[in-house]
Amino acid sequence: MNNAFTKYRTWSWYEATARERVANLLDRGSFTEFIGPEKREISPHLALFDLPEAFDDGIIVGRGTVRGRDVLLAAQEGRFMGGTFGEVHGAKLVGLLRYARDYQDAPRVVVLLLDTGGVRLQEANVGELAVSEVIRAVLEARMAGVTVIAMVGGRAGCFGGGGIVVGIVAGCCSRIVISEQGRTSVSGPEVIETNMGVEEFDSRDRPLVWRTTGGKTRRLLGGADAYAEDSIDSFRDVAISLLDRIPAFDLDTMEKEHARLTQRLEKFGQCHDTPEIWKAMGIAEPDRIADLSDEDFNQIAQAQKEANHDAR
Amino acid sequence: MEILEIHQKAARRAPGDKSHGITGVVASGDLEVLLERLLDGTECEVNVKTSVEGFGDVWRAVVNDFIERHSPGGLRISINDGGARPETVSLRLAQGVRLMEADR
Repeated sequence: MNNAFTKYRTWSWYEATARERVANLLDRGSFTEFIGPEKREISPHLALFDLPEAFDDGIIVGRGTVRGRDVLLAAQEGRFMGGTFGEVHGAKLVGLLRYARDYQDAPRVVVLLLDTGGVRLQEANVGELAVSEVIRAVLEARMAGVTVIAMVGGRAGCFGGGGIVVGIVAGCCSRIVISEQGRTSVSGPEVIETNMGVEEFDSRDRPLVWRTTGGKTRRLLGGADAYAEDSIDSFRDVAISLLDRIPAFDLDTMEKEHARLTQRLEKFGQCHDTPEIWKAMGIAEPDRIADLSDEDFNQIAQAQKEANHDAR
Repeated sequence: MEILEIHQKAARRAPGDKSHGITGVVASGDLEVLLERLLDGTECEVNVKTSVEGFGDVWRAVVNDFIERHSPGGLRISINDGGARPETVSLRLAQGVRLMEADR
């Protein structure tokens, strides 16, 4: 996996649009889009609020190949309405996952390029339903033997709006790849601050936000399984390296995951900030994690027992 | 929301044989441009939906300039705008026509 950290001189994942990520992640010319923008399956709700629509409702679904391997793929556009789940947006993703679940001749790998603030507030109820349908569809696809890999490194992160569950969509996947810029959580920083007060969580304190939800923290805690440099090439190479070590989706895996989380709570439950956890994990210079280069950080992460487990 | 429809004849048909293409994102200060090769001859149609009202004259000037420079005959162009500046609109339109040439 170290070869994933030769200096890439290609597109930044964070800066790229969803379409640029898809075009550069897949083998050139291999992408076939399902329900493309020319079909105009747009949100039926946004016009009611006098808000701009997108022809693809902020999500691209389709199939293609990655270094010759067939995959199904979905990519959220984090810059359109914060990549949020509306009715159509969610339905496109559910349809893709059910295709993988129901057709053995469909690709057996689904790649989710998640970039979302959670549920689209203007479509609150149908959006919540969409998210729960997506979670179910991810789990059903995995039960049918499909590998679902999440990639998180976009502007919007991967959050659940209104304290609901999109962070858990990523959590339900077989494997998660994250970059330093990526963030995952159930409630976003602003949501926590609004509900619990600024003393509990100051959403404008960016170092705090990243120490709590950011890619390096998620990777060290084992909430993400692999760490990528902020480039499309790096995400691709890291994801390919994961394909050979996908854990079984069974009771044994779940029990291991529960045991791991129980242990984690016992060991680190009293810590107030992540550097305290890194210290308890025996990491030298716990306060410097945020300053480490991708390469140095990855070496530390790969040596940590907590970060590398077969649970999930 | 303001809706504008601009119909105009271009000098030539747009090069390439791609049936449709899309560029840009509906985000603050940006726009998406969907191009479809649907019209006969050198007809060109540009449909704009914009969240910023009252700039119809600027839109018409930018679109007319684009049609003169790039000659996108045969294309129906649909725009969802999130408040892009005129130069961003020009750039996206030019990108779009280029996209219709290439087969990728």
